[in-house]
Formats: sequence, structure tokens, C-alpha cells
Amino acid sequence: MSKVIVDFKRCKGCFLCTSVCPKGVLIPSTQLGPKGFEIVQQDEEKECIGCGACYKMCPDYCIEITD
Amino acid sequence: MNFTIPKDIDMTQQASWCPGCGHGIICRIITEAVEELGVSNKVLTVDDVACGQFGQFAMKYNTVMGAHGRTIATAAGLKHARPDCLVIARPGDGSAYSIGIESTLYSAIRNDNILAIVINNSVFGMTGGQMSPATLPGMKTATSPFGRDEKKNGSMLDITKILSQTDMAYLARGAVNTPANTEKTKKMIKKALEKQMNGEGFCLIDVLSMCPTNWKMSEIDACEFIKTTQSKYLPLGEFIDKGGDK
Repeated sequence: MSKVIVDFKRCKGCFLCTSVCPKGVLIPSTQLGPKGFEIVQQDEEKECIGCGACYKMCPDYCIEITD
Repeated sequence: MNFTIPKDIDMTQQASWCPGCGHGIICRIITEAVEELGVSNKVLTVDDVACGQFGQFAMKYNTVMGAHGRTIATAAGLKHARPDCLVIARPGDGSAYSIGIESTLYSAIRNDNILAIVINNSVFGMTGGQMSPATLPGMKTATSPFGRDEKKNGSMLDITKILSQTDMAYLARGAVNTPANTEKTKKMIKKALEKQMNGEGFCLIDVLSMCPTNWKMSEIDACEFIKTTQSKYLPLGEFIDKGGDK
């Protein structure tokens, strides 16, 4: 199982990652981050398959994926 | 598979692009292509006085700020001064196809050995979303609030139709609205950099990029707009690939 690491401090809440995640691992959080934007959160019940779609679409380099 | 942020991305600061802007994605695929080629210490970028200028805060490369619209001309001069370096110009569509159209055309005509990555969001982004030459017919902008009227404003400019008549090395159009298109665009950038290393000549990649703020839509809808509308008027693909398969 792959692991998504999100740097929430950099997140601007564009949610492009949530729109491309095939498993719904990343979802809007309804919480504001330090920049004042609504940030994403991880759904702990969903398993990341390590496709990298969220990493490829994040414009703010918030996301890394490890095996 | 591991996905880690490229080393050439400067993580000590953050560029102030709007949420959902495609510039950040384009900077990442540039750094990934450069790192895969192992030429990080040879890259010089030329930024435009526009949203693209924030690239200097995203990438660790040495950067020259060109005057607005003169990015490609500045890059051509830089290449003459430093032929050992890989020079990448990063203008936008408002710069490269409007005020700087002569720089773009004559670099293609001279076949300067540089790479121009034009971030095409069909508007002048930083100044408030005014109509650019690449604004789509009927598209609403700050200066065409009822939509672009081709009778009044002229027809949309598809740069590939003009440049395909020149003797340049590589001409392609990519997009960053989906992970698949992002990967394809990265391969285009890598191929163009290889051509520059081989001294083949002028390469231009037009990259369709989201501008949710000025398009007045959500970030996700902006990605969909590229798929359903922008890429219909401005088709993706490779148009010139000298020495390639096409």
C-alpha cells in the first residue's frame, strides 16, 4: 500500500488532487489551512494505490507518494 | 512507485500563483525533464513580466527577467552569449503571440537553438484577464464582456498554423489539465531539450493551462474547459518534429 504525504502548509485548496484521485483518498477537509484556504485531508478508510495522479496535478508541490 | 518533488524545485519558498494555476505544474514537469536528462547545472530560464515571472521562485535555475513580450528574443541573445547552456523561455500567450509575435516569428525563422514554452491560458492573466490573440471565439474576458466577436476583434490566433510554415525544429501543443496530458507535455519538453542539446534549432511548445481566476470558474471546471472547449479550438499534438517520426 502506498502512502500519500501532504504538506498542508503549502496547500491552496484548488482540489485538483481530489478531482483526479481514482480512490477518493484525498477529499476536501472543510478546515482552513495557514494560508486561509480550505485544504484537503486524507480519508483514512481509503487505500492509496500509488498512481501519482494527485502528485502530477498539484500546482503547489504539496504531495509526495511513497511505497 | 515513489513520487517525490524534484530537487530543482525550490521548496524554501512558494510562488504566489492563484489556486489551480497551471504554471506550477509546468515548472514541475520542466524540472523533471531537466533532471532526467541530468543537465540541471546548464539550464538558464528567461521569464516574462507576467504570471510566469513567479517561476523564479519555484525553480532553482538561473533566471533572466525579459521585458514583456521580449522573452524569446532575450533567450535567443542569451543562447548566443552562452551556447553551452540550455536556454528555456517561458512567455505566456499574451506575450508571445501579441506584443512579442515578431520575436516569436523571427526566432522561428532564424531557427534559434532555444526552447520556448508558451503557457497558453487564452487571456492576459496578470493584468486582469483581458482578451489575448489566443482568446477563443465567444469567450468572455475583461475586454470582451459579451464574448469575443470575430467580426469586431478579429479571429483567434492558432500559432501552430503560422509556425508550421517555418523551418523550425520542433512545434507541439500540450496541456496540463489531466495527469495523462501532463505526462505527454513533459515528454514533449524532454524531447525539445534533447533537440537543443543536439543543436537542431528552435523548439516551441504551446501548453494549454488553466486560469480559474480570470476564466471565472472553479479550478476543476477550468480543467474541464480545456478538455471540452480550448483544446477543440487549439488541438493538441506534435506539428513539426524534424528528424522525428512525423
